[in-house]
Amino acid sequence: MLSIRNLHVSVEDKAILKGIDLDVNAGEVHAIMGPNGSGKSTLAQVLAGRENYTVTAGHVTFEGQDLLELSPEERAQQGLFLAFQYPVEIPGVSNIYLLKSALNAIRKAQGDDELDAMDLLNTVKEKMKLSKMDQALLYRSVNEGFSGGEKKRNEILQMAVLEPKLAILDETDSGLDIDALKIVADGVNSLRTPERAFILVTHYQRLLNYIEPDYVHVLAGGRIAKSGDKTLAQELERSGYGWLSARTAAAGG
Amino acid sequence: MAATSRDIDKLISREYRHGFFTDIEADSVPPGLNEDIIRLISAKKNEPEFMLNWRLKAYRHWLTMREPKWANTYYPSIDYQAIVYYSAPKKDKNRPKSLDEVDPKLRETYDKLGIPLEEQELLAGVAVDAVFDSVSVATTFRKKLAERGVIFCSFSEAVQNHPQLVQKYLGSVVPHTDNFYAALNSAVFTDGSFVYVPKGVRCPMELSTYFRINAQNTGQFERTLIIADEGAYVSYLEGCTAPQRDENQLHAAVVELVALDDAQIKYSTVQNWYPGDEQGRGGIYNFVTKRGECRGRNAKISWTQVETGSAITMKYPSVVLTGANSVGEFYSVALTNNYQQADTGTKMIHIGKNTKSTIISKGLSAGHGQNSYRGLVRIAKGAERARNYTQCDSMLIGDKCGAHTFPYVEVKNPTATVEHEASTSKIGEDQIFYLNQRGISTEDAVSMIVSGFCKEVFQELPMEFAVEAQKLLGVSLEGSVG
Repeated sequence: MLSIRNLHVSVEDKAILKGIDLDVNAGEVHAIMGPNGSGKSTLAQVLAGRENYTVTAGHVTFEGQDLLELSPEERAQQGLFLAFQYPVEIPGVSNIYLLKSALNAIRKAQGDDELDAMDLLNTVKEKMKLSKMDQALLYRSVNEGFSGGEKKRNEILQMAVLEPKLAILDETDSGLDIDALKIVADGVNSLRTPERAFILVTHYQRLLNYIEPDYVHVLAGGRIAKSGDKTLAQELERSGYGWLSARTAAAGG
Repeated sequence: MAATSRDIDKLISREYRHGFFTDIEADSVPPGLNEDIIRLISAKKNEPEFMLNWRLKAYRHWLTMREPKWANTYYPSIDYQAIVYYSAPKKDKNRPKSLDEVDPKLRETYDKLGIPLEEQELLAGVAVDAVFDSVSVATTFRKKLAERGVIFCSFSEAVQNHPQLVQKYLGSVVPHTDNFYAALNSAVFTDGSFVYVPKGVRCPMELSTYFRINAQNTGQFERTLIIADEGAYVSYLEGCTAPQRDENQLHAAVVELVALDDAQIKYSTVQNWYPGDEQGRGGIYNFVTKRGECRGRNAKISWTQVETGSAITMKYPSVVLTGANSVGEFYSVALTNNYQQADTGTKMIHIGKNTKSTIISKGLSAGHGQNSYRGLVRIAKGAERARNYTQCDSMLIGDKCGAHTFPYVEVKNPTATVEHEASTSKIGEDQIFYLNQRGISTEDAVSMIVSGFCKEVFQELPMEFAVEAQKLLGVSLEGSVG
């Protein structure tokens, strides 16, 4: 589904990613972990098409297409979803209106008919059970005045409604209490299908107690320093990231 | 990528959609202004003497006045002797009795603007008093209104058929001495709309006028007078577009509203006059005086405006709250793009006890646009327990535009409550990227963010107007976001 080869990315001439290789197949859940500043979020942003990130080398294919050639909205329309670390507030635009516009933009791009308001509402209400959100939030402005937990659950709701092929969750667990974390994890787990893949970007192993990954990758110094199965996350939990950086440095030296 | 500011620029810089001429013979007087021209206008319109005298009084006062220069706007001086003060479609004498008799070219113009009159009649239930240049050409639904005793006609007709009402109310809210442009309008206005809703009558439909400036170099001097008698209610919609041209055109209209005891007037405007080209050449000068008076107890006047057009706008729809417990409201969206300048806001003059006013102003600046909110809240000595709430929000799109706020507050009664809130925000790349990531194009994202910003104002507009206004904002911002 997703294939990243030798990806180098800079921000304002500072190299952040220095050669990432990663393959994600349908049905897989990949966790990307790493210390602060290792480039985890950069990877998520670049895949989603954020500007200000310059790809200096390498390429990325998504469902056989050159992902880097596509605009952010085209990527979304092709089925790539990013759950934001800091979901943005949009005053005066209701949540339901955003969901309708987004879903219909994607459906239109895929050649499907647009959903009318009633069908949409039924779909959304069904999906809201996953994220255990109060229906009143549908009619509030997007993320405005939402608590941290509500914002993250709102991201999960959007993901559930938009049904992406590949969902990237950028530190969705940060700032969540244990109950909210469970709700988010339950939402993700219920969306796991053989056709859908996930990339979980996270600093802590905690999230992975609730969402069991197929693969864990540790990012350090702009490279994937180590890959393994879920036991790697547990190892990190015990010993932290220090040994990894030392190893990378040693390997580099 | 690096779309944002460049894309914004592209989105904003779309050419004006309503730029075209209609070739209709006009019956015009020579350019320039003197007492003879005023006599000629009055004679052509077959006016009673009180009208001519009022015009001359206004003209003589105007001669003593100077063009105001205090607004936050810049433009070359206007040559008032170069303006043609009267222009009427030729077949003035044989005015059409029905839509079938309307000049086909005129109908075509309305079609281009998307205002097919018959569809308006059928679908929207809106009576349209269409002002084409300076004389009303078609009035519909008049019969239905007449059944309720509602008078809705051109100003000229009102002068002929209801002179006592005109004489009683004309200039009673905006006197001929009020300001430079109001004085000029009083001297030379050629037509406009007149509405009278009798006691206890709720006007059965939204009344609507589409203005259109057409003949070359003709200043438009509209005069609108709306009277809601005791317990009456009326909602009035004004919308306009103008054809593309190079020369600047002066538009100095006057709108007067009078609400008596327990009466309510809701006046909504969507203004989309030619704003000039991308370099700031041409465009309409929109110097309009709009004022309502809540003359009776418990009266209410609401102004709602969506201003996207004109090169320069100076406009302050105001409410004089004379009657006790009366209410004034002002809801405004003003958008400036390219080199447009807007200095707009409101005045709420509290005179009566327990009077209440609300001001919600949303300023949008894009391109090199300069947008100023200028508002006055005055609480007079006798206005016990008067209350005002003001909220001024500005949004900047791109980094070459400006937003300014000039709130004036004068409180002479210690029991009054006056609140003012203001905010300035920039349309964020974060917001656009967030929406992009949900599959929404940049153009739609900007339109969505802007509509959200203006929501409190849009929800005050009648339904079909709100949809139109939202589209208009989208069109006006196309090419402005990157």
